[in-house]
Amino acid sequence: MSLASVMAPVPVPTPSPGRVAPPVPRADPSPALREEPRVAKMVVEDLSAWYGRRKVLHGVSLPFVKDAVTAIIGPSGCGKSTLIRCLNRMHEIQPGAAQSGRVLLDGRDIHGGHLDPIELRRRVGMVFQKPNPFPTMSVRDNVLAGWRLTGTRPKDPDAVVEDALRRAALWVEVKDRLKAPGGSLSGGQAQRLCIARALAVAPEVLLMDEPCSALDPIATARIEELIHELAPTVTIVIVTHNMQQAARVSAYTAFLYMGELVEFAETAGLFTRPADPRTEDYITGRFG
Amino acid sequence: MDAWLYPPPPQRTVSPRLRWRRLADRLFRGAVVASVVVVLAPLAAVLATVIAKGAPALDLAFLTHLPKPVGETGGGVGHAILGTLFLALGGLGIAVPVGVPAGVFLASDRMPRLAGVVRMCADVLAGVPSIVVGLFAYTLLVMPFRQFSALSGAFALAVIMLPTIVRTTEEVVRLVPPTLTEAALALGAPRWRAMLGVVLPSAGKGVAAGIIAAFSRGAGETAPLMFTAFGSQFLSWNLLQPIAALPLVLFNYAVSPYEDWHAQAWAAALVLVVLVLVANLVARYATARRSA
Ligand SMILES: Nc1ncnc2c1ncn2[C@@H]1O[C@H](COP(=O)(O)OP(=O)(O)OP(=O)(O)O)[C@@H](O)[C@H]1O
Ligand SMILES: [Mg+2]
Repeated sequence: MSLASVMAPVPVPTPSPGRVAPPVPRADPSPALREEPRVAKMVVEDLSAWYGRRKVLHGVSLPFVKDAVTAIIGPSGCGKSTLIRCLNRMHEIQPGAAQSGRVLLDGRDIHGGHLDPIELRRRVGMVFQKPNPFPTMSVRDNVLAGWRLTGTRPKDPDAVVEDALRRAALWVEVKDRLKAPGGSLSGGQAQRLCIARALAVAPEVLLMDEPCSALDPIATARIEELIHELAPTVTIVIVTHNMQQAARVSAYTAFLYMGELVEFAETAGLFTRPADPRTEDYITGRFG
Repeated sequence: MDAWLYPPPPQRTVSPRLRWRRLADRLFRGAVVASVVVVLAPLAAVLATVIAKGAPALDLAFLTHLPKPVGETGGGVGHAILGTLFLALGGLGIAVPVGVPAGVFLASDRMPRLAGVVRMCADVLAGVPSIVVGLFAYTLLVMPFRQFSALSGAFALAVIMLPTIVRTTEEVVRLVPPTLTEAALALGAPRWRAMLGVVLPSAGKGVAAGIIAAFSRGAGETAPLMFTAFGSQFLSWNLLQPIAALPLVLFNYAVSPYEDWHAQAWAAALVLVVLVLVANLVARYATARRSA
C-alpha cells in the first residue's frame, strides 16, 4: 500500500521530498493495514503554529487514516501537543496563539463556516496528558459532562455511563461509587475517567496526548487494549514518549523534531527501517 | 540475632552563639505576642462594651416587638432587624447578578482594556465614602420619586457591596485550574457553559464567602441609608416605602435625649454585631470546608 492510496479520497498535501518517506512495502502487512481502501479522516496541510512570536510548528503536512491509530513521537517540546491541539481547535483558545495552513476533517476545512468549534470538538474528542476530571461533579456526571455541557442528553444515560466506563476499564472500580466526586479518584483512575468522558459522546476522532503518562503498567495495558478495541471504529491520534507503546498500538507513526515533520510512515516500517537518520537516532535513544 | 550498632549521640554543648539565638527567638516571640494583643485588645474592648451595655436591654421582646411611641417604655427593634435583612438581601439581589459575572469576566483575561476599566471602577468604588454612595442613590432613586424607599436603600447597599463581590469572585475564579476550562471546552462546551457548569461550581464556595462578606459589610452601613431607606417605625415590606434598619435605629436612638432609648441603642448595636459576626463565621466555615 502506498501513501498516495492512503490519502486518495481527499485533496492530498504533497509532502516535501525527503521529509516523508514512502512506506516500505512489506511481505506481511499487519491485519490492520490489509483492508483497502484507506481513507484519510483528517489531513493536516502545511500547518504552522505560533505562541506569540515563537513559531513551534513549521509547515507540517500529514494524513490521519480513518479508523486507524496514528502515533506521534518526538522529543519533549517538539510540538506534538501543539499539533494535536490544532486538530480540535484547542490551540487557538490560548492567548497569543496563531496558526496557518489547513486542517481537514472528512475533506473539509475545520475552519470553514460549515463547522463551529463546538460541533468539531464533539466529533474530535481529546484526552489530556494530565488527568483533569471535574472535581465538583460526581463520577457519573463527569462521564456525562460532554452531553450536559453541550446542552444535550443521551436517551439512556445509565447505559452511556456504564458503556463508557467499561470501555475505559474503570467500571469495576467505580460502579459502587458513581456518586462520589470526580476529585476523589486516584491519578490513574482519574485519567481513565477522562477517557470515559471523551468516549461517552462517541467521537469520530480521539486525540490522546500521552494518555498513559500517569498510569501504572496494568492500567496502561488496559488503555492500549481499549485503543485496539476502538481502532476499527474510531480514528485515534496518540502522542507518546514510549516507543514500545507507539509500536504496539499504532498503524502509522509520525516523527516530529523541532516543529518539523521528519518522517511519517507505517509504524512497522518506521521502526525497522527509518528513512531519516534523525528518526533512527531518536528511536534508538541517541537523543530526546 | 543482628545487633545494630548506633553511633553515640552527639554531645550537646550550648555554645554562646546558640544561647544568643535562643534568647533572640524568645524576644521575637514576645514581640509577636505583644503585637497580637495590641491588635486584639480594641476588638475585645468593643465587644465587651457592647455586650455589657447592650445585654441588659436585650430580651425576646426587644428582638420581636415594634418600637413604642415616645414616652412609653419598652418596645423593640423587630422591624429594624427584618428591615436590615431585607435591605441587605435586596442589595445582594442587585449586586450579585452584576458583581459575579463582572468578577468572572475579570478572571477570564479577555478584552484587557475593558477589564482594566472595570477593575479601576471597582477599586474607585471601594474607596468612595459610603455617605457619597448614599447621596448618589438619593439623586438617582429618591429625588425623581420624591419618596424615600427600601429600593433606594437596597441600591445604595448594592453599590457598597459590589467591589467586594467583584474582587473576591475574580480571585477565587482565578484559582480554578485552567485545565478544567480546557477540559470543558475540549468536550465542546461553549465558553459560557464551561464557566457556569465547571468553573463557577469549582469556585462556588469561595464566591459564596465573598457574597457573605459583602452582606456583612452592607448590613452594618448607616450613612448610605440615611437619605434612602430613611428608617421607619413600622414593619414594612413595601419596596417603595421607607424601611427601618438596625444602624439607623442605633443612630437615631443614640442621639435621642431619652435614657431608655440609649439602652436600646446599645442593644441594637449588640444585635448588629452578632448579625455581622454570624455572617462572617458562616463565610469562614464555608471557605474552610471548600479547601478540605
Ligand atoms: N502556552 C504556551 N505558550 C508559549 N509557548 C508554549 C506554550 N505551550 C507550548 N509552548 C512551546 O511550544 C513548544 C512546543 O510545545 P508542545 O507542548 O507542543 O511540545 P510537546 O512536543 O508536546 O512536548 P512534551 O513532550 O514535553 O509534552 C515548546 O517549545 C513549548 O515551550
Ligand atoms: Mg505535550
